[in-house]
Amino acid sequence: MTPAALKDAAITALIALGLFAPIVGLRTDVGQTGELILRQRWGDVAILVGLAFAGRLALLGWRRYRGEPKPPSAARTEAIRRAGTFVAPVLLAFAVALPLIPGTGRYELDLGILVLTYVMLGWGLNIVVGLAGLLDLGYVAFYAVGAYSYALLATNFGLSFWICLPLAGILAAFWGILLGFPVLRLRGDYLAIVTLAFGEIIRIVLLNWVSLTNGPNGISGIPRPTFFGLSFSMSGEPDTFAGFFGIEPSPSHRVIFLYYLILGLALLTNWVSIRLRRQPLGRAWEALREDEIACRALGINITATKLTAFALGAMFAGFAGSFFATRQGFISPESFTFIESAIILAIVVLGGMGSQIGIAIAALVMIGGFEVFRDLDEWRMLVFGGAMVLIMVVRPRGLVGHRTPTVALGKRRSISAEHVAEGHG
Amino acid sequence: MAYALQQLINGVSLGMIYGLIAVGYTMVYGIIGMINFAHGDIFMIGAFVALISVVMFVSGGIMEGPAAILLVLLISMCITALYGWTVERVAYRPLRGSFRLAPLISAIGMSIVLQNYVQVAQGARVKPIDALLPGGVTIVEHSSFVVQFSYMQMLIITVTLGVLAVFTWLVTRTPLGRAMRACEQDRKMAALLGIDTDRTISLTFVIGAALAAVAGTMFLLRYGVIDFYIGFLAGVKAFTAAVLGGIGSLPGAVLGGLLIGLIETFWSAYFSVQYKDVAAFSILAITLIFMPTGLLGRAEVEKV
Repeated sequence: MTPAALKDAAITALIALGLFAPIVGLRTDVGQTGELILRQRWGDVAILVGLAFAGRLALLGWRRYRGEPKPPSAARTEAIRRAGTFVAPVLLAFAVALPLIPGTGRYELDLGILVLTYVMLGWGLNIVVGLAGLLDLGYVAFYAVGAYSYALLATNFGLSFWICLPLAGILAAFWGILLGFPVLRLRGDYLAIVTLAFGEIIRIVLLNWVSLTNGPNGISGIPRPTFFGLSFSMSGEPDTFAGFFGIEPSPSHRVIFLYYLILGLALLTNWVSIRLRRQPLGRAWEALREDEIACRALGINITATKLTAFALGAMFAGFAGSFFATRQGFISPESFTFIESAIILAIVVLGGMGSQIGIAIAALVMIGGFEVFRDLDEWRMLVFGGAMVLIMVVRPRGLVGHRTPTVALGKRRSISAEHVAEGHG
Repeated sequence: MAYALQQLINGVSLGMIYGLIAVGYTMVYGIIGMINFAHGDIFMIGAFVALISVVMFVSGGIMEGPAAILLVLLISMCITALYGWTVERVAYRPLRGSFRLAPLISAIGMSIVLQNYVQVAQGARVKPIDALLPGGVTIVEHSSFVVQFSYMQMLIITVTLGVLAVFTWLVTRTPLGRAMRACEQDRKMAALLGIDTDRTISLTFVIGAALAAVAGTMFLLRYGVIDFYIGFLAGVKAFTAAVLGGIGSLPGAVLGGLLIGLIETFWSAYFSVQYKDVAAFSILAITLIFMPTGLLGRAEVEKV
């Protein structure tokens, strides 16, 4: 503990005092007459300043102890890649077996469904951001389109889930193309902000078009999914799931069915993106991500490439959306705020952009971690945002920051992520 | 006609607020090429610091009138500038030179942190204050409609113009401004010529945050109600303004802010209040499609 470190930590504490003294130290409360009154909380400020001091000292000590950070070597990324080939089947087997493991209750399955929904959304967005390199901050709009498509078609026309699912996907893909056209010429951050605006426009329209969407009250009474026409009701009639198979009716049947449904949908997304990556289209996406000008020079149709990426990404969001609607039975514009888009994008980036297994792990860590901190209430989002910053600062390349070329001439070599430039698209 | 004049006054005073925030976005984008997503929340912090100082000084009866407003403004600018500096130091500087999505994600995380930090520290309820500067000047008096130019709107316009004048002087006439413009043109070359680029970038964030604090204070005094969530929408609209004016261009940011403010006000007045945000965002999309560099932006020459 050198004097220099102490001085540094003291300065940090001083800055922390400046930051926390007004906002934390003086809390404004609405008094009895409607006037704001101040409540002083200097104890909390002292704790925070102390934490800043200790934290800075610990950080400096850790840096001295560790020395200069080493850049990731090709051998290390290769080792991680090998480990990845084992992790993926294990995770998949775990996901398939989860409902069968004894001790798995309603809560675990619901959490599993939630995580898998985000895994699916992450894989869907990965097509747009990870493969095609188009930064999309309004992905939740397509999720909303899918959810509202199913909800409206099912409640107004009585169409079943299995007819609505492809319809919702098609409608969302259509919206994806509709958004894609105007933004074809935009690049990078401009694209990000226009997609964000688009997401907000969809949400505002859903909120205000009361005659169609019932506005902020949302749509309730959305039909539950059926198992090839067999409903999951508890009556035990022959036309219900339990009655048809002659088993005891149980509410867990529906949850297990929903779990396998979203698992299947997620795996479909994964399968399609893995297959497409090897096709000319997928290669064009990845080429577009690396260098748009080179792509044009080589005669790749940029318009078609970008639009297919938007349409496919949106389609999977539409599927996920209609799944969300049928699972909840109730949707309102509140479920489709910007924060959802941010969470999905964070999952893709934390997963390492383009790595399927990385995204699955990132979704598990983020959404699972979010659930672990359930008791923290309003502190939860604070921890969540802090974790986002922290992971980015510590591992800016995401959890799986390596990439092997999808198509290679001769021997397949792992490229360290430091050498690929993505997100310029 | 009288109605339109009133909307013009309202639109300009709202546009000034957007313009002040937009300057912060455009400066940061110009110098390090990232969308400082947390800037809207820095504006919100500015409004909250102003709220706390208003409650402390004015409601406590210690000071009143223009002197109190000036003091509140100064406190808010100092504290918010400190926040701007800290955000850059903690969340963006470690990521400098990293791939370009990393700072954006970090900024989104920071935005979530700031919002929820204020929610935890100050509560989720909306905070109302009494008008500090009530009244105004009646410009046109019709039988049915009175056009009023409130003192608060005058204050907003005067303070904004004053702050922007100081800021323009800072950027065009001082060594710091020269360093900032140099970093904007070519950061590596600027560093080779002996400019402390890290310090310059830090100061850019400090200045941007101070301007956002002015906007936050004005917002609080004009509308009288704030909550922890005001930063998101104001931030997105201010960014829209920056893009509309041509990102990287400082006069463009103010012009874009004014335009967005006017469009929003006139849209609410003549069409529908619910869809005013849709109007602002549609303008953004249309501008970018037909004029990707914005109104005053430079066309980017792409070299292969």
